[in-house]
This record gives sequence, structure tokens and C-alpha cells, in this order.
Amino acid sequence: MLLIPCPHCGVRPETEFVYGGDATVRRPDPKTASLDAWAAYIYERDNPKGPHTELWLHASGCHSWLVVERDTVTHAIGQVRQARDAAS
Amino acid sequence: MTGSRLPAGGLIDRTKPISFTFEGRALTGYAGDSVASALLANDVRIVGRSFKRHRPRGLLSLGMEEPNAILNVGTGAHAAPNRFATELPLAQGLAVSPTRGWPSSRFDLGGVLDLWPTPLAAGFYYKTFIGPRLPGVRDAWNRLWEPLLRSLAGQGRAPEGVDPDAYDHAHIEVDVAVVGAGLAGLAAAEAALGRGARVALFERDIRPGGRALGRDGDPRIDDAAPLAWAEGAWARIADNPRATAKLRTTAFGLYDGRQLAVYELPVDGPYAGRIWHVRAKEIVIAAGALERPMTFPGNDRPGVMLASAVEAAIRRYGVRPGGQAVVFLNHGDGAGLRQALNAADIEIVAEVGPDETVTGTQGFGRLQSVDIAPLGPDGLPRMDARRRVPADLLATSGGWSPALALHLIQGGRQAWSEADGCFIAAGGGQDGVRLAGAANARFSAAAALADGHGSTAGGAPGPKTTGGDAAPSGQGLPLAPIAAERLKRQAFIDFQHDVTVADIGLAAREGFHAIEHAKRYTTAGMGTDQGRTAQLATAAALAAATGREIGDIGLSGLRPPVTPVPFGALGGWRRGALFAPVRQTPMHRRHEALGAVFEDVGDWKRARYYAAPGEAMAPAVARECRAVRTAVGALDVSTLGKIAVAGPDAAAFLNRVYTNRMDTLAVGACRYGVMLKDDGMVFDDGVVARLGPNRFHVTTTSGGAAAVLNWLEDWRQTEWPDLKVWLASVTEQWAGVAVAGPNAARTLAALAPELDLSDTAFPHLTWRDATAAGLSARIFRVSFSGERGYEINVPWRHGEALWDAVLAAGAIPYGTEAMHVLRAEKGFIVVGHETDGTVTPVDLGLSWLISAKKGDFIGKRALARPALTAPGRKQLVGLEPEDASVVLDEGAQIIATATPRPPEPMLGHVASSYWSSALNRGFALALVKDGRARHGERLFAWSLGVAHAVRVRDPVFYDPKGARLHA
Repeated sequence: MLLIPCPHCGVRPETEFVYGGDATVRRPDPKTASLDAWAAYIYERDNPKGPHTELWLHASGCHSWLVVERDTVTHAIGQVRQARDAAS
Repeated sequence: MTGSRLPAGGLIDRTKPISFTFEGRALTGYAGDSVASALLANDVRIVGRSFKRHRPRGLLSLGMEEPNAILNVGTGAHAAPNRFATELPLAQGLAVSPTRGWPSSRFDLGGVLDLWPTPLAAGFYYKTFIGPRLPGVRDAWNRLWEPLLRSLAGQGRAPEGVDPDAYDHAHIEVDVAVVGAGLAGLAAAEAALGRGARVALFERDIRPGGRALGRDGDPRIDDAAPLAWAEGAWARIADNPRATAKLRTTAFGLYDGRQLAVYELPVDGPYAGRIWHVRAKEIVIAAGALERPMTFPGNDRPGVMLASAVEAAIRRYGVRPGGQAVVFLNHGDGAGLRQALNAADIEIVAEVGPDETVTGTQGFGRLQSVDIAPLGPDGLPRMDARRRVPADLLATSGGWSPALALHLIQGGRQAWSEADGCFIAAGGGQDGVRLAGAANARFSAAAALADGHGSTAGGAPGPKTTGGDAAPSGQGLPLAPIAAERLKRQAFIDFQHDVTVADIGLAAREGFHAIEHAKRYTTAGMGTDQGRTAQLATAAALAAATGREIGDIGLSGLRPPVTPVPFGALGGWRRGALFAPVRQTPMHRRHEALGAVFEDVGDWKRARYYAAPGEAMAPAVARECRAVRTAVGALDVSTLGKIAVAGPDAAAFLNRVYTNRMDTLAVGACRYGVMLKDDGMVFDDGVVARLGPNRFHVTTTSGGAAAVLNWLEDWRQTEWPDLKVWLASVTEQWAGVAVAGPNAARTLAALAPELDLSDTAFPHLTWRDATAAGLSARIFRVSFSGERGYEINVPWRHGEALWDAVLAAGAIPYGTEAMHVLRAEKGFIVVGHETDGTVTPVDLGLSWLISAKKGDFIGKRALARPALTAPGRKQLVGLEPEDASVVLDEGAQIIATATPRPPEPMLGHVASSYWSSALNRGFALALVKDGRARHGERLFAWSLGVAHAVRVRDPVFYDPKGARLHA
């Protein structure tokens, strides 16, 4: 089971978290986005082998959405930031 | 005691006899015996039957590699299948029986299968039963072959009844976890304790020592005999307050984050037990090595045993496993074995030399003689020079393989080592996990101790060995199967699954060259022993059959658990009432007292209907519906998800979340809204109430509350971190009762006499704070039934008092089933009934909820996609079955004909369907292609072979003008 170091709560097992998918997806400007761009944002996700930047919600903890660097091969967890900080 | 017990010796306590039964026969062993050693001591030579051919099988090993002695333990509800006799400590009163064999393992009628070998070769399931059809028998596989095969085969017997045992789960966090208390594991644990670490040490056996338990000839360790040293080390570790040391405890899984899963058997028997979830900074796998059988014709006959098992039988258990032995090793490490045989007065009638091989064995149910032939220059046995020697024991060894299972299941790799004659660990896996000792191909005692101790800078020196030490290794005779195919005799690779060298050859000829393919085609290594003795033999046979090197073939992959673990243990306390969390409202006891039948909504228990004594569901629901339509009903709505939204940007936030405007909502008012995902599909719905300029109270569906909050937090934190808004779940702060019906105002007036309930003072879709039944209450005037309705909310702890007051004021309790009937009569949707993640608000006829005047909201862009506005989308409609007495099946397919001919075009499906006492007919809500243009059309609802004619209509069946909201 993964261990994710939550910046607020400390190291916690993955059962306390909810996975939120690729953290690098950006929502296009809905006013200008083409249909293809919108479809890509909604539906298209890579399934990379290796480093992946992804969102996790500490649902059974502080309710922070976190941006977590995880290696999909080794499951090693790298940097963990608050999504709020990463977004701004 | 009769049988094969030696008069003295062994690590058993002869003052403590233990009674047990095998297939109903009463037998006796001693404390310190395993079930396997006790069977051997009682001269039980046939311990089971093989899977396919039902050949008699005896003990091959006395350790974890055992493929044959896998037993049912206990009877009735206590029964536990697939337990290894070699791993099961003998316990008083234990009842064990073979997994297979009818009527008994000694006389098995299924043995006739062995006389008919051809159809049972590799792939016989596919070839024989899937392809050809029997004339006149439809579905022959399901009707005939599978039931027949299952009665003959089977992998153990399931317990009859609910498991009476309680299994525990426990968690432990340490610096260093060590798997295995052999020499390497003990050295590793002591070294870690020496540097101040917290240590957990797990040993599957009932004693520490590993190889020292059944072996002689190893060097002295710190001037003590190996076993004495091991027991001393164990005692020192167990006494250390920083250590947790457990026997009878098997590590069966190693997961991400260096999490070990370990199963601990209780001391008094094979039942119950505890699973330890172990987290460690460092994990040392000192799981030892597995001895490999040789592959020769007749190698499965009872009496053929691994050399280590023969030695352990004599030295550890004081059992004489035979009288005349043949020794057949592919390496030079036989000194200890020979000493043990001599000590037990077992005659070595022949020793198969490096230039010889075994070409066959004889004996019915028990070994009687062994054929030995010299190898010719072509590597094949010279059958003309064959000799036959009488023997009831054949001690064989094809060398040792490190026990890599834990290493491999966590992502570790392995590679063939020519020097070691085995596959060894080759990197991969998690940081902080290392192998030690024989598991790390350090086979000698000295090397295992040094490897376990490790090179800790500044630490205490490791154990010192003195004296000779013969290291076993896989070197010697080739591992390849010995000419079995040439001799046309069965040489077994997988003893449990009856896979022979010929099967592997056949698989190779049919193109299954990859180890994973050959494994699955032949089922080699797929038994409950997980192929511990079969894996390498399979690779060796496949290498020989395809002319490749064993290292290029590799071994098949492994998955946890590495040894069978009872389902009860995996479940632990999570069964029955503790299976999943249960959420109850504060009125739960009242519902129970009223005869409520509950349904699960998320984790909640909601009252579905209240059955009077002797009352069935349908009349109860009809009675509750009539109460709401003609008088007044009370529904527990405490489970509704509730979210407090606060902050200067709260209104702006909600404006982006809902399809309609929430910034225009007046303080004191409420508004229905739907949320979409950004693909334009309906996600949740509820009522938004504005409590103040910067404060809102949002309700969600009962089952969706957590997902909605997570989703809102996602947008708040990741997309709009600039908005000053905060969210909090207040679901369990507010208990609520919906009061609905033409008498609702009268009921509420009795509870809150000071509240002006006129339509002007307290109109529909507003809320007021008031005192109701003496409680501080927040009352929302909303309706999910179409009747005048109020939802009275009070602090959670007062829910029961509120419920009592509402019922005392005359309201009739109604449940969620009546709630569904009433809302469906009004055409109100329920997320999850009328929506399934592919339904837009436009599809639902909720276009009026979509604001064109405001800026962006979640899902807005997607709603403009051509596909979401194109004709042919499924739209919400009502359905009236032509036969008014019919209640359609939910999920019924809507088609255009009563006599469908596949592929019949599907026009839609029934989403909700009920009997309406108000309409006196069955009715349904459905999603039908272009449904709004089909009102009046006659279609058919097809389910389970029956098509009912239905008339399409508007989804609002009851009070389409909404007059009753003000009744």
C-alpha cells in the first residue's frame, strides 16, 4: 500500500486518499476552446510508464487536494504539494 | 506406539502424546510434530490423490515446498481446505483428510482415470470439451463434462456453514522486519537490535533455526551447536523490549510502501489466527531455500522423498521413513543424509552415481523397487545395463533454489546463475528490501550468517563459525528431465496437477514456447502448492524440449499470497455487522420500532417502508402514498448530504457549479439546482438555500454527498484557488423530517404556533428559522412529493425528539419507496435512476434550469457540443402500460415491436417503475430516443422475454399544474 506524505497531516496510507487523475491537465478557456481541445481535456489521458504527476485528495484527513509525483513503475512517491499552491 | 517412530531422538516431546484423525482413523503423534511428520510416524504413506489422474501420492517434503500433502482440516463449519500438512503443527483432536480421493485416498475410484492417459494430456479441456459436440446433447460442457469433472477433481471442500472463528487484524510499525528465523534471519535481527532498531521477526515454523532443525554437519556457531545457537539467539531477541518475535507466522504478501502481510496461527490449533500488517523501514527476506526434486520416470511414487525431508524426518521428528533407501542426488552434499540414514538404521541399498540415473520405480501405493541404469555416451540411460534394487525409500535432491516469492511479488527480478545452479535475485523491487541467507543464494551456514548480519559499520561483529561446512548447490547432474520421454514413462513435473515431461513436450510441439503459455496450457505450477517444486522443473523441461537454455526460458510470475491464507483471516473483523460502516440517523430506533424495512443508500440505512404486522410491502407503500396525497406524511430526510458554503465569493462559486443562477438567490430563499460534470452530464442535484449574503446551505443526494464535496473541493482548490470560499460538510449536524401533504401546514402549525405559514409570509422555496416542538429549527418549504411540504431541520441530537413530535402531531411515517412513487408521479428525477452519467439536463427536460445569462459554469461548454444537441438522444418520458395492472421492470428495453428480431434497435430503457395508488395503475419514467417527439406513440417494454405495450407520454403524471403545492 502506498504511503503518501500529506503536507498537513504527515505520512498516511493510501486508503485515506481519493485518486484524482492527471494533475497536468489544464482546463481550456471555454470561450475559445475548440471542440477538439475540449474533448481532449474531458476524455484524453495518457497512461505513462514512469513518472506521473497526479492529484490525490486527502479525503479521510484534511481534505486537501495534493499534487503528487508518483512513479507508475516503482510506485515511488516523490514531491507532494498542495494543489492550491501548485495552481496559483 | 507402533509405526515408524524411532525409539529416541528428535525435537518432539514424547511425554505429550497428541490424538488426531486422518480420514477418520484415530492416530497419535507427539508435541513438536507437524501433521506430516505424525502421518509419517503412523506409516501413512498415501496422503492424497493427484488432481487429474488420481494417482496415489505421498509426502514429498516436510517443508513449505510440499505439493501432495495438502489437506482439509476440520469438519462442518470449521472446515479449512488446502492446508499444508508439513506446515500444520499437530494439535489435539485435529481431524484432517485428503483434499481428493473418493471413497478414500487409499482406494480411489477416480484412479481409473490413470489408465486412460491420452485425453488427459496438456490442453485436454480445450481439445476434448470445448470443441467437439456430443450428438444430441446441447451445451455438453455445462451439462455433462463440467459437473463430472468437478465431482472428480475439486481443490478441497468448502466449509459448511458460517465460519465460527474470530480472526484478528493488527498493525505494527518497526525499523526492521525480518522474515524467517533461520541462521540468516536470526543474525539479521540481532544485528538490527544491536544498532538500536525496533525489530519484528517472523518465523513460519513452530521453532526457530531453519536448516539447523533437521540437519547435521553444519559448523559450530559462536562455539555452540547450530540449533543451540539458534535457540539462544531467538531467546535473546524475544527478550529484547525493542523486538517482536513470532513463531507460526507466515509472511504471504509484500506490498508497496514496504508493507508486509503476515498470517499468525494461534498456538492451540489451526483455526482462527491473526493477520499482521507490518510497516518497516527495512525488510530482510531470509525465507530460506526450497529443495528441488529430480525429474525421472516414476518420481511420484509414495516413498520418493526429498533428501532434506528424509533427514528432517529422522533428526527432527524421530521418524524412520523406510528401511531400505536409494540415494539419488545431483550434488555432493549427501554426508548429513548418509549419517542420518545410518543413525536410523536405514540401509542404503544403492546410491545413484553421477554416471547413472533412475529409470523407473515400482510398487503399488508404496515404493518397492527402483531401477537404476548407467548413462551412455549419448547421455541416455543404457536400459540393457539396468539393475533393479529393492527399496521403500528414495531420497532425492536436485539442489536448492532460493525462496524468492516475496522478492518477486513486490517487483523484484530473478536471473539464472550458472555458478549457483539456480535462479537468484537480480535487482528490482523496493528500496529497503533485501534478501539474506539461502534466499540470497548464500547456502553455507557461514555465508548465510554473514549475509544476514550484514556489514553494519560500527556494529557488533557477527556470529563466528568453526568447523567444516558443505554447501549444497544446484551443481552436478543436469536438471533436465532424464530421458522420460524417450523411455515412454511418466516423469512428473507438477505432482499436484499431474503434469508430466510429456505434457511439456506436447505443449512445446504445439507452439507454447513461452513459460507463461506452457504453464497455462499444461497447468504446471497452478495448483494450491503454487508450483514450488514444479517451477524449475517446468523451465528445465521446456528448455530441453525447445533446445534453449533454462536462463532464457525463465520462471513464470508469482502473485500474492505466496501461501494459501484463509478467507476468514483476510476478512478479519470485517464481516457481518462490521463488514462495512453503517450510518444511522438519530431516528433509527424509532424506525425499527415502527417495523421499518431498511434499504442501503450509500452507507446509510434508510427506512424503505413501515410494515404493520402482517402487512406486505405493496399495501404498505400504497397506504403511505395515500397518507401523503390525502393527509400528511413524515419522512426522515436526515441522510441528505448537506454542505455549508461560506465566504465573500460563495455566490460566485455556486454560480459556476450549478447550471442556473445562484447569485440572484435572495437571503431567505431556496432554489433547486443540478450540477454537471465538465462533460455536460448530470452529476448531482439538490436545493441551495441562501442563509446570508456570504453563506449558503447546499443539499446533495444522500448517496452522493461525499463525492460532491470532494468534487467541489477539487474545483475550489485546483481550478479557482483565487475564490474566497470555504466548504464544510454539515450532513451530520442537521437531522431532518419532511412533512408533506395537504395537512402539512396544519401539522407544522401545531409544532410551531408562532410561525406564520401563509403563502405570502412563508412561500414555497423559502426557508425560515423557528422554534418547532420546542427545538431550534430551520424549516425549508420545499416539496419532493408535489404536495405542500416542509423540511424541518434541527440539531442532530434532537432528531428523535423532532420525529416523535411530528408523529404526535398526526403525520403518518412514510419510507423511501413511497417517496420514490410520489416523486415519480410528479416526474421528478432521481440521480442514478434517471441519470447514468450519459444524461444531460436537456435530455431530462430541464432546459429551464440552464441559465443563458451568466458566464461559465461546469459543463456549459460541453452542452454546446454538436453530439449533445443532435437528434436521436434519449429523453425523459413517462410510460403508461396499456394493461394498467402491469408494473414494468426497471431496466426493461424500449423497442418498437412486440416480437423483436435481434439485432432489434433499442430505443431506450425504463428508468423508474412503480405502482401508483393515486393513478390506480402502473407507470414508469423512461429514457427514450427523441422521446419528447414521441408522446402518444405506442412502443414496447421488453424484459426477460416479455414485451408489454406502453404509451409514451409526458413524465408528469400527477398534478401537472402544481396546484397542490399550495393546498
